Amino acid sequence: MSIQVWTWILVGITFTLYIGIAIWTRAGSTKEFYVAGGGVSPLANGLATAADWMSAASFISMAGLISFNGYDGSVYLMGWTGGYVLLALLLAPYLRKFGKFTVPDFIGDRYYSNVARSVAVFCALLVSFTYVAGQMRGVGLVFSRFLEVDINTGVIIGMVIVLFYAVLGGMKGITYTQVAQYCVLIFAFMVPAIFISIQMTGNPIPQLGFGGVDENGVYLLDKLDGLHKELGFSEYTSGSKTTLDVFLITAALMFGTAGLPHVIVRFFTVKRVVDARKSAGWALLFIAILYTTAPAIALFARTNLIETVSNQEYEKLPEWFNNWEKTGLIKFDDKNNDGRVQYVADASKNELIVDKDIMVLANPEIAGLPNWVIALVAAGALAAALSTAAGLLLVISASVSHDLIKKMINPNISEKGELIAARLSAVVAVCVAGYFGINPPDFVAATVALAFGLAAASFFPAIVLGIFSKRMNKEGAILGMTVGILLMLFYMMKFKFDWFGGGTKEDWWFGISPEGFGTVAMMANFIVSIIVSRFTPAPPKEVIEIVANIRIPSGAGEATH
Amino acid sequence: MSNNQEKKYWKKNLKYLAILLSIWFLVSFVFGILLVDELNTIRLGGFKLGFWFAQQGAIYVFVILIFVYIKLMNKLDKEFGFNEK
Repeated sequence: MSIQVWTWILVGITFTLYIGIAIWTRAGSTKEFYVAGGGVSPLANGLATAADWMSAASFISMAGLISFNGYDGSVYLMGWTGGYVLLALLLAPYLRKFGKFTVPDFIGDRYYSNVARSVAVFCALLVSFTYVAGQMRGVGLVFSRFLEVDINTGVIIGMVIVLFYAVLGGMKGITYTQVAQYCVLIFAFMVPAIFISIQMTGNPIPQLGFGGVDENGVYLLDKLDGLHKELGFSEYTSGSKTTLDVFLITAALMFGTAGLPHVIVRFFTVKRVVDARKSAGWALLFIAILYTTAPAIALFARTNLIETVSNQEYEKLPEWFNNWEKTGLIKFDDKNNDGRVQYVADASKNELIVDKDIMVLANPEIAGLPNWVIALVAAGALAAALSTAAGLLLVISASVSHDLIKKMINPNISEKGELIAARLSAVVAVCVAGYFGINPPDFVAATVALAFGLAAASFFPAIVLGIFSKRMNKEGAILGMTVGILLMLFYMMKFKFDWFGGGTKEDWWFGISPEGFGTVAMMANFIVSIIVSRFTPAPPKEVIEIVANIRIPSGAGEATH
Repeated sequence: MSNNQEKKYWKKNLKYLAILLSIWFLVSFVFGILLVDELNTIRLGGFKLGFWFAQQGAIYVFVILIFVYIKLMNKLDKEFGFNEK
């Protein structure tokens, strides 16, 4: 059977599964809609968190990024996993004990102020919208390559599916579809990795094949370093970014991960504080399976690519090369007209451009794996994109219906009315996300990575100080969040969109890239918060009691309004 | 539960956090980034050690850290009677 038939079959089966789960788990109350009724088991929550967290970027782009950047790609590996240690130790148990529905809920109550709540809603919407647009684009990309439908049709199919189960099932529907999606995506990621690891090193465990030897007994990493040297690329196992920048980017990704609202709300869905800790452990374990495999895939793919194309005759290249050329993601330009592919670091002589996003998608084809494996990767990529999109849409809809309407505009709204508002805002959010998926503004690609900087600069300090400092008051938190997010936005706009006079790499402050600047903005938030709080009145007694209460795990009870 | 008990519990919790987060910092930022060139002179099979920490080792340690934390806190909760049935 052809790849396309296989893809239709696998995508059809998985989508039917997601819709079936959605019908089976539809939400009947706001509590079920926002936090799945608060009764999810830690294991199920760990699986759902892992799927929620691992987006199209993790599944499709990350291994490719590492493949092209070598050691520099480590920032994503450490950054996107290390954040879970912070989540588990500093945030999840306490926020679960606090027991509300959303992150702005915590900020608004802990800082006894609707101004603080509004700032938090603004940050949550900003972070979530930039993130979700990239997911819809990923859905469209997979559809267009594997099913040969128009990329926009692909985005619309994805929208309809997400709409169906997010609107119908709310958090409850999302949680159980995410459990299924994790299984699909991890299976789809591991099967080709295992195949390729056996092919290249004889070891079925990719994490070990990563350090394995080829048929001549040469370590693969040493071999690739050698190939890179020959072609003029910088050594695979050492980086080209400055140590300071690598440090700051890793930190920004870690603190950003711990501050992302769609990840934090997952910990509201379990019963007890103990379960919140446990689900963080499960989540990271399930994430680590993919994250320790990705760098192995990166190495295999890079070596395979160079060996397959470098200095080969264009006419004799395998079929996958032409398939991907058609999508425009591989470009070959025979500059010296010798009919061979020169793939070298020197831009004036290099004849091959490979988009990093196709490394995972094309990898099974490059390795000559059977058609069903290639189709499986497509289904896995869709699972990764859809699960993250759904989680983000829920944050957006809860921010509007719960934080804005229920808590600020119309506190007398009935349970039923709030549920309708939640569903309506989810519909609007899906349409906006779809619009950005079809007409991606240039800034989307640039801002997805920066969403982490924004989350680190705004939420992380406010939440951590809210738990660990009884003295932190509303003045400190509001000013801190405002300074942090504005500073981050300013730096991002200046160096990514050329506003405020723009600037190039040479103008970066102390050589810090916009991706790494989140750490600096976060420090600014911490410093401003602490200094301002010392010169303004202490928080009221009730709030200090709330803080004392969330530090003790027993009596978490049920999440309430 | 007395106020004193709560303070003791919190202090112990902070101690655990300090220890676990130091290890978190050490394996990622120190081994994987700051000392990566020095550690790369040492080999672990097919890997240079610093590179291995950055792309594999740190992640394994992160997972272990969370499970150790769960274990420590469950014990601490029981000790102070803050555990839930």
